[in-house]
Amino acid sequence: MSEHTQHEHSGFEPKIVAFVCNWCTYAGADLAGTSRMEYKPNVRIIKLPCTGRIDPLFIIKAFEKGADGVLVSGCHPGDCHYTTGNYHARRRWIAFKSLLEFTGIDMKRLHFSWVSASEAIKWVDLINNITDEVKKLGPFMEYKNLNV
Amino acid sequence: MENTLRQKARELLEKGEVKVVIGYGWNKRKTHTTPVFITKPQDVEKLIFNPLCVNNLSLYLTRKFPDIKALGKPAIVAKGCDIKTIAVLISESQLKREDVVILGMSCNGVVYKQELWKGELKPEIMPTKCHNCDVRNPHIADIIIGEKVNFTPPDTPAGMVFDKIRELDKKSNSERWDFWIEHFNRCIKCYACRQVCPLCYCERCIAEKNMPQWIETSAHPRGNLAWNLKRAMDLTGRCTFCGECERACPVNIPLNLVNQKLALVVKDAFGHKAGYDEKVHPPMIVFNMEDTEDFIK
Repeated sequence: MSEHTQHEHSGFEPKIVAFVCNWCTYAGADLAGTSRMEYKPNVRIIKLPCTGRIDPLFIIKAFEKGADGVLVSGCHPGDCHYTTGNYHARRRWIAFKSLLEFTGIDMKRLHFSWVSASEAIKWVDLINNITDEVKKLGPFMEYKNLNV
Repeated sequence: MENTLRQKARELLEKGEVKVVIGYGWNKRKTHTTPVFITKPQDVEKLIFNPLCVNNLSLYLTRKFPDIKALGKPAIVAKGCDIKTIAVLISESQLKREDVVILGMSCNGVVYKQELWKGELKPEIMPTKCHNCDVRNPHIADIIIGEKVNFTPPDTPAGMVFDKIRELDKKSNSERWDFWIEHFNRCIKCYACRQVCPLCYCERCIAEKNMPQWIETSAHPRGNLAWNLKRAMDLTGRCTFCGECERACPVNIPLNLVNQKLALVVKDAFGHKAGYDEKVHPPMIVFNMEDTEDFIK
């Protein structure tokens, strides 16, 4: 995939879209904010009631609209506010991840994680790591070229 | 075989056990088979069964066809592969098992496309599903018609579709991306794949919703990719490999590849094969606490 993306992207700042659940990851990111922790500003957070609410089309739409990376994050297994939403989501991701891999999308652009309401440090590290990783990959030119 | 089929169909209609028999018949010039809907006992002579009977007639049991439902209780002529689809429809509460009479046909395979038929069924003109078929003797049926077929499918799935999946799996991301974009770019958004699929039965498809517009309606590469990914994703764990979508596709997009890739993923991850048991829930509406999460950080 890298041969498509080999052009000068010094100063390139990736756009990361994070689909997070209201009860754990959003609260975790909120805690990072209220604790005045600093992390990369590349992430755009979209709050949803539960990871079970995340339709695969959301992720496709994010890439269509120019995201270079997508993060999907919710409560740890067993902690779901709606008891089982994240188990259903996990099943969907297993299939969807394989589908995107089969279509040739680099899995370094799509990340899944569990971040609880108290894991502000995990959230900060996660965003910093993803941003660095996607920055190295460069802009998602394959998908952006579809828009031409 | 055809005589037994006609006799059983006549009995069912005369006794009033069913109101309509959905089966295969000839077209006017007797070159292709076409679905027929028999409502009168004297019409059963129209019913046929041969290797040209490729269509998956279970499509006519779905709510896409309210006028066929209005006729009354149906009997359906079904090969093993079609019965798999009926099993999925039953497991998804689209149909009750007692509301349909399944006339299960023992089958030696069908042709991939009716145009390929030269009067003899050779392995070269059979689709991949027939080479891997483990339901040549129908697994769920009220009446089984035809003699028992002895056929053992290979242990590892063989045939063009699976060879191509393995070939693609070995390729790099960018090669796979180029392969699929080239194919999806040809898509003209006719939605034939959706219309012909017995498991695409939503009354209102996401492709037709425009507030917000999730899938672009024009035949543009961006929307084509979104549509094809969404279609494949919605068939995850449900597709029974009847192959109708690929057969109906006017621009020959290899849809079986992506459907079967997901079927293999589901089999590995959740141990589920669609269409063998109508009492089991489809895998994507249930979950297991022990599902793999090695990819989740």
